[in-house]
Amino acid sequence: MTGRRRAAIAGVAESELGKTPHLTVLAQQVQASRAALAEAGLGRDDVDALFVAGNWSWSPAVALAEYLGIRPDYLDSTNIGGSSFEAHIGHAAAAIEAGMIDVALITYGSTQRSDRSRNQPRPATLTEQYDRPFGLPLPVGAYALAAARYQHEYGVSGAQLAEVAVSTRKWAQLNPVALHRDPLTVDEVLASPMICEPLHKLDCCLVTDGGGAVVLVAEDRWADLATRPVQVLGHGETTTHSTITNMPDLTVTGAARSGPRAMRAAGIDFADIDVLEIYDSFTITVLLTLESLGFCKPGEAADLFTEGHAAPGGRTPINTNGGGLSYTHPGMYGIFLLIEATRQLRHDYAATDPRRQVTDAEVALVHGTGGVLSSTSTVLLGRS
Amino acid sequence: MVHIVVDPESEPFWAGLLVGELRLQRCAACQRAIFYPRSVCPHCFAADLSWFTAAGTGTVYSVTVPHRAFGEFAEQAPFIVALVDVDEGVRMMTRVLAEPGSVQIGDRVRLAPNSLGGAETGEPGSVYACFEPVG
Repeated sequence: MTGRRRAAIAGVAESELGKTPHLTVLAQQVQASRAALAEAGLGRDDVDALFVAGNWSWSPAVALAEYLGIRPDYLDSTNIGGSSFEAHIGHAAAAIEAGMIDVALITYGSTQRSDRSRNQPRPATLTEQYDRPFGLPLPVGAYALAAARYQHEYGVSGAQLAEVAVSTRKWAQLNPVALHRDPLTVDEVLASPMICEPLHKLDCCLVTDGGGAVVLVAEDRWADLATRPVQVLGHGETTTHSTITNMPDLTVTGAARSGPRAMRAAGIDFADIDVLEIYDSFTITVLLTLESLGFCKPGEAADLFTEGHAAPGGRTPINTNGGGLSYTHPGMYGIFLLIEATRQLRHDYAATDPRRQVTDAEVALVHGTGGVLSSTSTVLLGRS
Repeated sequence: MVHIVVDPESEPFWAGLLVGELRLQRCAACQRAIFYPRSVCPHCFAADLSWFTAAGTGTVYSVTVPHRAFGEFAEQAPFIVALVDVDEGVRMMTRVLAEPGSVQIGDRVRLAPNSLGGAETGEPGSVYACFEPVG
C-alpha cells in the first residue's frame, strides 16, 4: 500500500450499554463521540467527515451534525444493516486516500431495548408483501432457515451451534461491561427456550441499548495523536439479497466476496490474522461467515469452538469482547467489532486484564453482517 | 393479518391465488421463470416479461418452526414456515399447512391458497400462497 495516503483508527469508545432509558440515541452518540475524540487527542472541530447509520432519522448524518454543532463537508448515512460501520471504514479510508478528508467520525446509537421497537405492525409494501403474510419473526426466522439448511447439508448438530455461544461467553466473562458474564454450558443453551427451530434463545444475540464511535484519521495527522494508530489495511463489502427468500445459497454469505476483496487489498493471508471479530447476531452467523470467508472448510467451522481454539487462550481468538451473544447488541452491532479489534491491536488489555489480551496481536479481521445475512463488509486492521 | 399493499406489479400474482393458481412471470429473452413479480428480469435485465400459470408444486429447500411470533401471528405459533423451490425454478417463502415437526427439507409440497385466519374479502392480497404436503 506504499504511496497511498493511509488511514488509521485513532480513537474508539462505547456509550453506556444495556438498558439506558435516560439516554436518547443522540445522547448516546455524544457520549461515545466525545470519548473517542478525547482518546485520540482530537477535538470536535477536527472532524471534517461524519458517518452515521441508523433508523431514527431520515438522514442520521445531517441530524447528528446539527446536534453536535458541526458542519462536516463529507456526509455518509449509508445503512446496509449491522455491517454499515465496516462499510463506513472502507468509504472513509477511500476518502482519506483521495485527499478529500482528514478526520472521520463514525457513530451509532440505539434505544431499541428501551423502545421495544422491533416488530411493530405495519403494512407490507413492495418486496415485503411476498414474505410477510406467513408470520416468520425477523430477523431470527431467516437465520433459523439458514441454520436448518446448514445442518441438513453438513450434519452439524444443535450442540455444535451452541459451542459458539459457550466460547463467546468465556470472553464475556473477561469483559466488565458485558451484559451476561455467568458461565454457560452447551446443555444450558440447548435447554433454553426454542425460539425458531433450530435456534434456541441462547443461540440469539442480546437486545440492548447502546452506542459507539470510531475516529479515523489520515496519516499526516498520526504524529499528533494521543493513541497508537491502528491502520486500515483493506476493506470489502457486498450484498447478496434483501429478503431471505432471495438468498442464493443459505449456507454461503457475502463474506465469500467481501472477505477475499479485503484480504487482497491488505495483501495478507489467513496465517497472518491474530484475532477475529465476527458479527454474531446468531450462532449460525459465525459459522457461515468463517466458512464463507474461506477461513474454514464448509461444515467445519464449529471445530474451532468445540476444540477451544476460539476461546481465551486459544490459537484462533474469536469475538474477544463477548460478542453480540453475551456483551451487547443494540440492533446494528458492527461498530462494536471495530472498537474491540482496535483495543486488541493497541494491546490495551495487556495492563488491565492479560487474559483478555490476545498475545502479540498484529492483525485483526473484522466482519460485519447486516439484515438477514443480506450484506457483509470485511475490514482488515493492523497494529502500526 | 398483515395488510398487503397490492401494486401494479404484484396484482396478477395475488389475483391468481383467489382462483387457486400460482401465477409467475417468465422472461422472453432468457426463458427463466421469475418470482417475485418485477418489471425487469433479474437474470438478464431484459424487460419483456409475461405471466404464466405454474403447476403449483415444489420441494422444501429449508424449513423452520417459530415457537414465538409477533402481532397477529402470536396466537398461531407454533407453525411451519418454509422456503420452497417451485418446480418451474423459483423460490418462495410459504406457510406449510401441516403439523409442526412433520415437514422436512426435501419434502414435496403443492399450492394450497389460504387466508391464514384473515377475512376472505375476495380482494387480491387476502389469500396467500400457502402450500401443503403431497400425499
